[in-house]
Amino acid sequence: MVEYSWLIPLFPLLSFVLIVFFLNRNNRVSSYFAIAMILTSMVLSFKILVEVLANPHPYEAFITWLSWTGFSLPMGIYIDPLAAVMLIVVTIVSSLVHIYSLGYMHGDPRFARFFAYLSLFSFSMLGLVIAGSYVLILVFWELVGLTSYFLIGFWFEKKIAADAGKKAFVTTKLADLGFLLGLVLMIFVIGTATLPELNKKIESLKITAGMVEENHSSKQLHNAEMTVHEGVSKHHKTHNRTGESHEVGTATHGKAISKEDAKRTLILIGIAGLLMFMGACGKSAQFPFHVWLPDAMEGPTPVSALIHAATMVAAGVYLTARLMGVILISPTMGLVVASIGTITAFMAATIGLVQNDIKRVLAYSTISQLGYMMMVLGLGGYTAGTFHLYTHAFFKALLFLAAGSVIHAVHTNDIQEMGGLHKKMKITSITFLIASLSISGIFPFSGFWSKDEIFAVAFEGGHYVILVIGILVAFMTAFYMFRLYFMTFTGKPRDQHAYDHAHESPYNMTVPLMIFALLSIFAGWWGIPWLHTNYASFVFFGHPHHVEPNMILMLISLVVALSGIGLAYLMYYKRAISPETMAQRFKPIYTLLFNKYYFDEIYMAIIINPTYRLMEILFKFDQIVIDGMVNGVGKLTLLWSWAKERFDTYVVDGAVNGVGHLSLATGRAIRKTQTGQLQTYALVIFLGAVVLIFMKFI
Amino acid sequence: MMSELTLLHFLILAAVLFALGIFGLLTRRNAIGILMSIELMFNGAAINFVAFARYVAPQEIAGQVFTIFIITIAAAEAAVGLAIVILIYRNFKGIEVDKINFMKW
Amino acid sequence: MSMLIFYILAIVAVVSALMVVTLRNVFHSALFLVLTLFSVAGIYVLLEAEFLAAVQVLIYVGAITILMIFAIMLTYQITSKSIRQVNEQVIPAVIIVLVFFVLSLVTLIKTSWPVSNKSLPGNNTFEIGRQLLSTYVIPFEVVSIVLLIALIGAIIISRQDGPSRPGQEDR
Repeated sequence: MVEYSWLIPLFPLLSFVLIVFFLNRNNRVSSYFAIAMILTSMVLSFKILVEVLANPHPYEAFITWLSWTGFSLPMGIYIDPLAAVMLIVVTIVSSLVHIYSLGYMHGDPRFARFFAYLSLFSFSMLGLVIAGSYVLILVFWELVGLTSYFLIGFWFEKKIAADAGKKAFVTTKLADLGFLLGLVLMIFVIGTATLPELNKKIESLKITAGMVEENHSSKQLHNAEMTVHEGVSKHHKTHNRTGESHEVGTATHGKAISKEDAKRTLILIGIAGLLMFMGACGKSAQFPFHVWLPDAMEGPTPVSALIHAATMVAAGVYLTARLMGVILISPTMGLVVASIGTITAFMAATIGLVQNDIKRVLAYSTISQLGYMMMVLGLGGYTAGTFHLYTHAFFKALLFLAAGSVIHAVHTNDIQEMGGLHKKMKITSITFLIASLSISGIFPFSGFWSKDEIFAVAFEGGHYVILVIGILVAFMTAFYMFRLYFMTFTGKPRDQHAYDHAHESPYNMTVPLMIFALLSIFAGWWGIPWLHTNYASFVFFGHPHHVEPNMILMLISLVVALSGIGLAYLMYYKRAISPETMAQRFKPIYTLLFNKYYFDEIYMAIIINPTYRLMEILFKFDQIVIDGMVNGVGKLTLLWSWAKERFDTYVVDGAVNGVGHLSLATGRAIRKTQTGQLQTYALVIFLGAVVLIFMKFI
Repeated sequence: MMSELTLLHFLILAAVLFALGIFGLLTRRNAIGILMSIELMFNGAAINFVAFARYVAPQEIAGQVFTIFIITIAAAEAAVGLAIVILIYRNFKGIEVDKINFMKW
Repeated sequence: MSMLIFYILAIVAVVSALMVVTLRNVFHSALFLVLTLFSVAGIYVLLEAEFLAAVQVLIYVGAITILMIFAIMLTYQITSKSIRQVNEQVIPAVIIVLVFFVLSLVTLIKTSWPVSNKSLPGNNTFEIGRQLLSTYVIPFEVVSIVLLIALIGAIIISRQDGPSRPGQEDR
């Protein structure tokens, strides 16, 4: 079965091609066909997951794509447990988003095209997941970027949407430059770009360089090795992979690479990995490149759910996970990935606290959660990072779809104009609540298990700063999610007109919500650390990394999350009793600071003001340092252009004009020979023939 | 006069015909004249074939067979060529090939 | 005897070929082409290729030349003989063709041809037929298809109806 996995991306591709070329006149047929295709992919993915569960040994199939002397570029698929899990995540989210779109996009003039784009997107993402070489990943990576451009700018009549699409494309493209450079460097250094070979190569180099246990970043590896001893008996089968790599290692060792050479190569690999991580930062909206994701909320909400919650941004995390081998050998890279993840998680969470656009809050929360994943991946927590990716996909997709359902009902994104919608939209409200509980990490929802895993990794590695920031972010996450929930669904309606027109969404929208709600609760149970065979014993890098469940840590994170929810309850649920205060809320938050409730003042003093100040500082920083740099670069460019202009006028133009005149004169002369007379040409041809015969005589 | 007829006689005759054909091809203004010159060249080549069939390899009669092919191709060429000439005449009101020069720069 | 016949035929062929390429009146050229082709048929008889001679007369003289004359009559006012029939490159053409001829003459004379003493099979028409349908059956079939396509092509090209072609009115 697993050898047919290359079929999975082809179904959505088929749907895209057929819709674009044949079916686009018929909305109903187009959408149903797209749904049927993605469901087929989902069924296939499930079968593959079952098979991979039974035999976790990675399946790989490569063919030579290009080859020239001494080098060949293989292309193929690589299905390991992570890929199998990702296939499931992508196909489930994609299928449900397809179905949801039936309702959400109903009546859109480009309904069929929307489904074509969704199919193309699913194709790209599934291709990326099964791709077995970094080159192929890059190909699908760019396809994903392109499709996201189509989908974000789907309502391109709106200038904001078109601009957002451009912004997303350009920002990720800039980051992709890093990916490309890293890829070239990696191919140059290692001579291969396939996933299995890269890891084998790294293993062998590590042995050659004799640095298996030296650097601080491989502390996790050390931990992994310690915990492995108990795992060995359980997971005998999975160990032949490492066995193989050792063999390869000694084989390469036979070629007598010196220790220094191996170390140098490892450093180069680390640089390549960092460059490629830059690409991942772009796609996953990490710290310097995060700006595009909130803007991308201008796209249709199913797109936000599909692209900006569950799949496209997951591509960056996925790539980083795929670079785990590099992270483990390069302490610098691990440090960079972990710090960027931590910064992003913290920054996005603080911004999320004060946003009023429902989708933007979700966008910042996505960025923050992705920061979590990057953070833990940087610490070597392959299992924890990918597990959070897996659970996050479901509850974040649910949050977006529920938000979409709300927007569909009240036709606004602003939570200050919502309120009390629980009575009108029970299903949406309850599913949103479930997702919020899950993302906040409340026991026993799935977010709890994955978030706890992350904290456990940070704790085990002794990275206490990161752990504390992580817990702080968890608190903020719980707070802003419930701020959102209380503002939207509870209290009195703030916009009576919108409230009166609000209604529960049709079944094709609520059913996906309910399915996602179930997944948001139960999907994480796979990772319960007390289980005998759980996620950690299935998806791991190198050796199964069994993190000891830490009851105290769990308790702390639970308490933190509950206090976040409690704070939100006090501030937004209680206060919502008085409508005048709600009216005041519409004023800028500064006026709110001085004449409002005690809760508001706490809120202001403790959270908003420092946040604002932080943001102001960040803004100033932006204005002075970043803008200064940008302007400086601009001025330099101007100067340089001026110099170039001079050069152009006198040297280049002179040369060009000279060449032009020369060509003109030559042309005038040669033109005479082009008489247009066939017989003249025949004469010349024959003359040539005679000359050839004549030459035979000499 | 020589007493015996040799291969060389026929080859020289063929060469003369071929050269005259080329001369016509290069100088006639008339498209039909050009086609006729080409027929002359065909005949020169055909004489060569038949002469070689007679003097060099008489047992396998390949030269004559190929002459049949040449004649067939000549017929096809004449048919298509003349059709093109008619078309040119219809479009340009004349068949002087030096007037057909609208491909010129 | 055969020598004499050869010379007569050769002179007739060459002179009339010269007429074909030099005469002003293209209709006269066509008539001289007939003469050349007849002489070539005679040459074939001298070369013991009687079947080819018959084919030459039937196809060349009988069909192709008639086709040419038809085309001339369709496209030319026979009365307007005064049109110059040669272009400006006569002198270079003469020089090049002469050089070519001299070169080929030298080649022909200098080469020692591997002349065989055997004679043609007595019944060579039969032999041609046999070979056409055995050894050369594939070229034979191909050439039939070529002929068919040429016929269809000629009809399609010269059809009067159909969409009016651009450029028809400009010139």
